Amino acid sequence: MKTDDLISLLASQTTPVDRRVPPWRFAVAILIGLSSATVLMAVFLGIRPDLGEVVSMPVFWFRLGFAVALGGGALLVTLRLSRPGVSVGAGWTAILIPAVIAWIAAGIVLAGADVDARVPLLLGHTWKVCSIIIAVLSIPPFAAMLWAVRGMAPVRLRLAGAAAGLLAGATSAVAYCLHCPEMAPPFWSVWYLLGMLVPSVVGALLGPRVLRW
Amino acid sequence: MSDNDATTSAEVELRWCFLQGLSGDAAQYRLFLGRLSSHLRAYLRRRLPKAPADVEDVLQEALLAIHNARHTYQDDQSLTAWVYAITRYKLMDFFRAHARREALHEPLWEDDNLFGTVDLEPAEARRDLGELLVTLPERHRLPIELVKLQGLSVAEAASRSGLSESAVKVGIHRGLKALATRIRGLT
Repeated sequence: MKTDDLISLLASQTTPVDRRVPPWRFAVAILIGLSSATVLMAVFLGIRPDLGEVVSMPVFWFRLGFAVALGGGALLVTLRLSRPGVSVGAGWTAILIPAVIAWIAAGIVLAGADVDARVPLLLGHTWKVCSIIIAVLSIPPFAAMLWAVRGMAPVRLRLAGAAAGLLAGATSAVAYCLHCPEMAPPFWSVWYLLGMLVPSVVGALLGPRVLRW
Repeated sequence: MSDNDATTSAEVELRWCFLQGLSGDAAQYRLFLGRLSSHLRAYLRRRLPKAPADVEDVLQEALLAIHNARHTYQDDQSLTAWVYAITRYKLMDFFRAHARREALHEPLWEDDNLFGTVDLEPAEARRDLGELLVTLPERHRLPIELVKLQGLSVAEAASRSGLSESAVKVGIHRGLKALATRIRGLT
């Protein structure tokens, strides 16, 4: 087939392109990812029984805000990496800012605590399982985010996979907030982030294979 | 007119044609693809000095990719940057597939002049997309043949093939994506 024939083929009977489709696709992916991670959490771990009481505590919203803000930053970066010729630019800062704020809060809490209390603040009661649970809960959102990115045209596949993975990890962390008993910033600024980084690393590894187009 | 002005006005004109095409104007879209292909051909000839026979293949692949990705273009975005990112992506794919590692060391960051040069002389493509099209499953191939090659409307193609109208549209959309996948399988 000559190039001219290909052009005729591509240009004949063109239908208008609906460019609201990409945002819709991501909205659907986030909705599916968040609800499936929440259902998994509720079925296998259970929503914490004292949720009604802790919602009045600012630190509950601080922790949830951390996961949501990091997810927002990851979404911004994923969207930019999904479009050819768009640089991520300041998008990286949107991921860094929530993490840095959490670390500063953790530092303040640790500095104000007794020396003996510092390690318990950092490890809580669940440090052995927290990151693993967040990583496991992120499997359905991870699939949903990859599906959304595959409908786009990423050209930096490793980065796009990593960003989509981080978005999935943050989604799963949001769901896990409804179960997790740990409230201390030193705990979640470390173990939550570690849990989110697992799907991100997996995404970076899978990206070049799964996101190719 | 300097080179820079020519590049800028090509960007403006091509962008206009492209946006008309996105809203359904087939004639403008064809104009866009035609002019774009002459720019891309010149660019690819520069990038593939050691493989002139492959230029037309990579060009066709890039055009198909640009078509399949057209929903990802943002109105406020430079068309040059968007087209260049896709073409470069397909070119890197080609380099990888052909293990022409040395070519990767050549600087590729010259997108500012992408629309500044024109090459109107197509070479023969080595790979025949027509033959590849035939290998697609019928639900993809039939809509493409009826609508895109025979020029039937979607409604006519639907009644001719017994498919629903949305199945015809989806068949074309998925078929062109499948065609791009087939090409990758070959290289």
